[in-house]
Amino acid sequence: MGLAKRIIPCLDVSNGRVVKGVNFVSLKDAGDPVEIARRYDEQGADELVFLDITASSDERDLILHIVEEVASQVFIPLTVGGGVRKVEDVRRLLNAGADKVSINTSAVLNPALIAESAERYGSQCIVIAVDARQGSNSIDGIKNWEVFTHGGRKPTGIDAIEWAKKMQLLGAGEIMLTSMDRDGTCAGFDLDLTHAISDAIDLPVIASGGAGNLDHLVDGILQGHADAVLAASIFHYGQYTIMQAKQHLSAHGIEVRL
Amino acid sequence: MNTIAIVDYGMGNLRSVSKAVEHVDSGANVTVTSDPAIIRTASRVIVPGQGAMPQCMRALSDHKLREVVLDAAENKPFLGICLGLQMLFEHSEEGNSDALGIFSGVVKKFISQSVNAGDQKLKIPHMGWNQVHQDMAHPLWENIPIDARFYFVHSYYVVTREPDIVAASTNYPTSFTCAIAKNNIFAVQFHPEKSQLAGLQLLSNFLKWTP
Repeated sequence: MGLAKRIIPCLDVSNGRVVKGVNFVSLKDAGDPVEIARRYDEQGADELVFLDITASSDERDLILHIVEEVASQVFIPLTVGGGVRKVEDVRRLLNAGADKVSINTSAVLNPALIAESAERYGSQCIVIAVDARQGSNSIDGIKNWEVFTHGGRKPTGIDAIEWAKKMQLLGAGEIMLTSMDRDGTCAGFDLDLTHAISDAIDLPVIASGGAGNLDHLVDGILQGHADAVLAASIFHYGQYTIMQAKQHLSAHGIEVRL
Repeated sequence: MNTIAIVDYGMGNLRSVSKAVEHVDSGANVTVTSDPAIIRTASRVIVPGQGAMPQCMRALSDHKLREVVLDAAENKPFLGICLGLQMLFEHSEEGNSDALGIFSGVVKKFISQSVNAGDQKLKIPHMGWNQVHQDMAHPLWENIPIDARFYFVHSYYVVTREPDIVAASTNYPTSFTCAIAKNNIFAVQFHPEKSQLAGLQLLSNFLKWTP
């Protein structure tokens, strides 16, 4: 027996409410973040991820209040991301009660932010969110994936595997890997992508984007070699509880915290 | 009055430790502080810590906290968490830094290696919920099941030369010491403040502990 694979519900927060983007675009209201966080904690979630997708910068501080409130009631690790640009943003989120901060766009625009944040606050709290899409120029049948920023809108020309390796060198502690091709499709994780990144680096990898049923979670771990699986819609709309997901994983021989 | 000082030497998130302590005992007087005078008069001391060992040891000295932490470790119920465990030993491979040296032993890094017949890697940091095997009976384990899961996040681990202080061990990928206890000191590698019910129980046990 040993380390359990983690199940992590993801809460996309916009203007103080949990929403879920489908293919990163259309939004559907799914509820109060503190209430949802408490419900997931009771169901046995191993961690929680909050992604602040609030468009306007004047509403940015809302997420700090939500994190503060959740952190005083829920005693499992909290990761918060969205709009993190400076070391000061990392500090404010950690002080509000976040345990880890996830960074995407700013890691690409300013990789020094990763080194600086990791040196000051430790690698354990720096999560790199990698949004990747399969490239069209696969050579000799070997697939490649490109990193996107700005909520999946901007291509960067950066190879996702090389990017993950670079982030490990700069001091990141974890990779949250989202397949843009699968996100919102409920067709399952991109297992080739997950497997390729997970086996290329020492850092733990959270598989994200595409989980539509409990078998997809099993596949992400057994075939994708993910250390944790992240899902939103299958949990938000009450399709499955976290505990059902864990029991399903356990029935497939995967170690979980029950 | 149960006054608890959480030692703040400017590293990482101490809010979650204080929130968790307040949650298990709403009557406790909890202060996150870098003031040596407050730490000296507190009835219990918690030394958390995240980040890197060299910065941690430097911050302890910069904030003039080294003496008061050593003093607390000698005199009152003392709970070390994560770096607060590692700093009790002699030396850490992380940044080749000397630590407090209260206990005999060193802090080593997990070595990059393959697992599962070679195609998967041992992930570093060791991150997530792992089983804590209690190696000694101790008041801080009260009402915590054998092999309960706690939340870990670390790349370095303690190797002690004092087998009689080992309070618990965990497998990753082989067995390592994840908790130590001696007299008024209890220290853990995992994060009780992030370990849901088992973690809150441990904090509650610490607040009641009379070593």
